[in-house]
Amino acid sequence: MTTLRTIAIGIRVTLLETLRRRTLWALVALTVIVVLLSGLGFQFLVSETRARGTAELELQLGVSQVLILCAFMFSFILAATAAFIGAPAIAADIESGVLLAILARPVGRGAWLLGRWAGLAIVVAGYGVAAGLGEIAALRVVSGYGPPDPMGAAGTLAAQAIVVMTVTVLLGTRLPAIASGAVAVVLFGLAWGLGVLGGVGSALGVDSLETVGRIVRLAFPSDGLWRATIYALEPNAVIALMTEGRSLRVLQANPFFALTGPGPAFLGWCLAWVAGVLGLAMLSFRRREL
Amino acid sequence: MPEMTSSSGTDRGPAIETHDLAKRYGRTTALAGLTMRVERGEVFGFLGPNGAGKTTSVKLLLGLTPPTGGGGAVLGRPLGDREARRRVGYLPEMFRYQPWMRGREVLAFHAALIDLPRAERPAAAAEALGIVGLADRSDDLVGTYSKGMQQRLGLAVALLGRPELVLLDEPTSALDPLGRTEVRRIIRAARDRGATVFLNSHLLGEVELVCDRVAVVDAGRVVAAGTLDALLGGDGVRLRVTGLDAAARAGLDAFGPHRDEGDWLAFRPFARDRIPELVVAVVAAGGRVHAVEPERATLEERFLGLIGEGRVR
Repeated sequence: MTTLRTIAIGIRVTLLETLRRRTLWALVALTVIVVLLSGLGFQFLVSETRARGTAELELQLGVSQVLILCAFMFSFILAATAAFIGAPAIAADIESGVLLAILARPVGRGAWLLGRWAGLAIVVAGYGVAAGLGEIAALRVVSGYGPPDPMGAAGTLAAQAIVVMTVTVLLGTRLPAIASGAVAVVLFGLAWGLGVLGGVGSALGVDSLETVGRIVRLAFPSDGLWRATIYALEPNAVIALMTEGRSLRVLQANPFFALTGPGPAFLGWCLAWVAGVLGLAMLSFRRREL
Repeated sequence: MPEMTSSSGTDRGPAIETHDLAKRYGRTTALAGLTMRVERGEVFGFLGPNGAGKTTSVKLLLGLTPPTGGGGAVLGRPLGDREARRRVGYLPEMFRYQPWMRGREVLAFHAALIDLPRAERPAAAAEALGIVGLADRSDDLVGTYSKGMQQRLGLAVALLGRPELVLLDEPTSALDPLGRTEVRRIIRAARDRGATVFLNSHLLGEVELVCDRVAVVDAGRVVAAGTLDALLGGDGVRLRVTGLDAAARAGLDAFGPHRDEGDWLAFRPFARDRIPELVVAVVAAGGRVHAVEPERATLEERFLGLIGEGRVR
């Protein structure tokens, strides 16, 4: 009961902190601007190409690719947001001394970390899903085009952010806040880069590179989740068009194309991965000298 | 305002007890072996120079850091025990509170952490803020508080819910003289309602004015402990005397140990009510008394002596 109460307090404090700090509001404002501007961009793209008599399938291909590109940029922004919102939760409170007064109370360290993490997960996932769906909705309004699985796309974008945020929290139990956030963002970028390298390895038949890609997707599943986002944004017609007459191996080199969606095994692995990293963070925090 | 209740069987015995409590960080010894006992209801001063292990001791008592040797109990429970921590208030040396919270929210947050009944939380928070003189700033964000106000807020957090044991780590480091006087009053009031106050400080004057007993710690060990009277060696007296030869001076041995300082004779310890008797004896031995100065060693003198001895050893 005490543990549950501590977790609940941790969540409440984290949500209140997020609302009070201006960072999130600045992000929300920027996101609104980005959604509006990209909506205008899509409208321009669609109206221009339709005016030129472009086939609807090709238009769909073009729009879906631009949407994937937008999602790609947004995934980086979301990862950075997750890292920089997540980093202070434990690390900055250790550095500043705020945690001394808290942990002197009848509060379990593991429960406190879990509460902070859960609060951050709500914020990050909420922001990711809302911003992702907002972008997709803007596209639908201006072009009439909608990806096949908007919730899947927004959900996997949010899941990437949760992966990054969880790692940031783990790092924050040992490293200063800025270092934790920076390292987590670098890991995210590295995972994406190595994922692309793995895809190139598959296309070229270089087994070692392909293995690297597979290992990285398991070790840091954000890239695998990014692939899931792509798949959720691709209409079947586009997949058929892309695969027509092309080698499937070669297509794997395209970092903005996914032939298949994530299987339940991978999604299960992602859940287990987050739980495992969170467990490590709790263990590390329990042993941290204050 | 109901006070925090303790579990049965934990009210007996001292508020704090440690045996050879030790803490090492790698090769560095922060605390070599702390053995002390703090009785319930007293104000206990914990003195020592910087780096003596005072803050480490407090963190060990609260379970904020695990010991590498020895052990102890707080309010009859093992170090770090959560039930005991519910009944302990703590002002850290590095006092920082969420700058984005309002003063009253910090108190409400801590009231939730110690699971004060919901209905009692507003009154408890108002009481604690009132004690430290922050009632009129309770709606302001902590980020707008001065350093002194933040320390007052920390004191309010430590006093929230009337804890049985209050651990104050350098509670006046950011306060002006007026604030320090106020803190002494607050500490005495806490003792008067039955709380034990553990005052960690290197401000000797402060400790001298408010503590019932003290322990002096140096290089991670207690080098002296006891009541202030015992630690200071009691009262003394100095006499400016002429006309006494060596034999006559030796004849004053009956009044206890004394130090010959030329024209001055210093007796310590010396009961003040015997001063007239001493003056009569000096005159009877042929001496002339020019001045009589009752004196008491200051804690600072005793402290410097103790720490100096430790350094020489």
